[in-house]
Amino acid sequence: MTVTAVRKDPAALTMTLTAEFDASPERVWQLWADPRQLERWWGPPTYPATVTSHDLAPGGRVEYYMTGPEGDQPRGYWDLVEVDPPKRLAFLDRFANADGSPNDEFPGSEGTVTIEAIGDGRTRMEILSRFPSTEAMEQLVAMGMEQGLTEAVGQIDAILAEDAVATS
Amino acid sequence: MLTFRPAPGLRDRRLTGQSYNHMVVPMQVLPLQPVVIDRVLGALADATRRDILRRAMAGQKGVAELAAHYPMSFAAVQKHVAILEGAGLVSKERTGRRKVVRTEMEGLRVAQRLLDQYEELWRGRIDRMISLISEEKEYDA
Repeated sequence: MTVTAVRKDPAALTMTLTAEFDASPERVWQLWADPRQLERWWGPPTYPATVTSHDLAPGGRVEYYMTGPEGDQPRGYWDLVEVDPPKRLAFLDRFANADGSPNDEFPGSEGTVTIEAIGDGRTRMEILSRFPSTEAMEQLVAMGMEQGLTEAVGQIDAILAEDAVATS
Repeated sequence: MLTFRPAPGLRDRRLTGQSYNHMVVPMQVLPLQPVVIDRVLGALADATRRDILRRAMAGQKGVAELAAHYPMSFAAVQKHVAILEGAGLVSKERTGRRKVVRTEMEGLRVAQRLLDQYEELWRGRIDRMISLISEEKEYDA
């Protein structure tokens, strides 16, 4: 199994995914550092990615678009925060408008990639994704939604049951 | 693998002029779930919007009625409602002379599944990374 762990932490607003590769850290780093390799895994087969600029340095930017089956081309970019080959990469993953300008309408997420050798020529990569607000994630995952819905349905059931008793 | 259709609000919303709005394919094949995730999270990132959502969940509320709860202009409250609407979390409809806000349970369910979908997105990426690496090894061998 390649993906060895996935943790979704609603309180910390993060998803952490750990994967292991039968390759060196340098080789795994190339998946990110070489734009031609990056575009072979970033987008799914139905939406292949094309990387249009790739400045993998602190303060640098990586820009890309994806091409959909109907010819639509959604765009995005990363703003690089930390770049420490072949160990660590931190970036803000954002969306761009059709003309390539940043789309500030919605917040992006933060990605932190940690790559380390674990012996036997194998490498572990951890990807941490952090969403913009604790409250938002709590709201989304932990509470309210499903719970509120379940409660509402439970109340309706209770009322219907009372009615049934009353009329029987 | 989850299969579901996005709420109408999610499907219909136009993304900065891109032709994303007319897609009715199941969500799991869409590559841009992060866009949807961000829209929902962005909508829920604001305390006023969460409060509006709670009140709307408690029953349909008129926009004017909702606006009375907040120390801000009617227009500002309308703007918050529009953002919730854009994220597919509520819908607005006219009942007589009132505009009422209603929660879209489908939108809320979608919100819950987004995190799982985000995981799927990354699992796909890891799979492609692995093939890329092993392909190269075969070539070298």
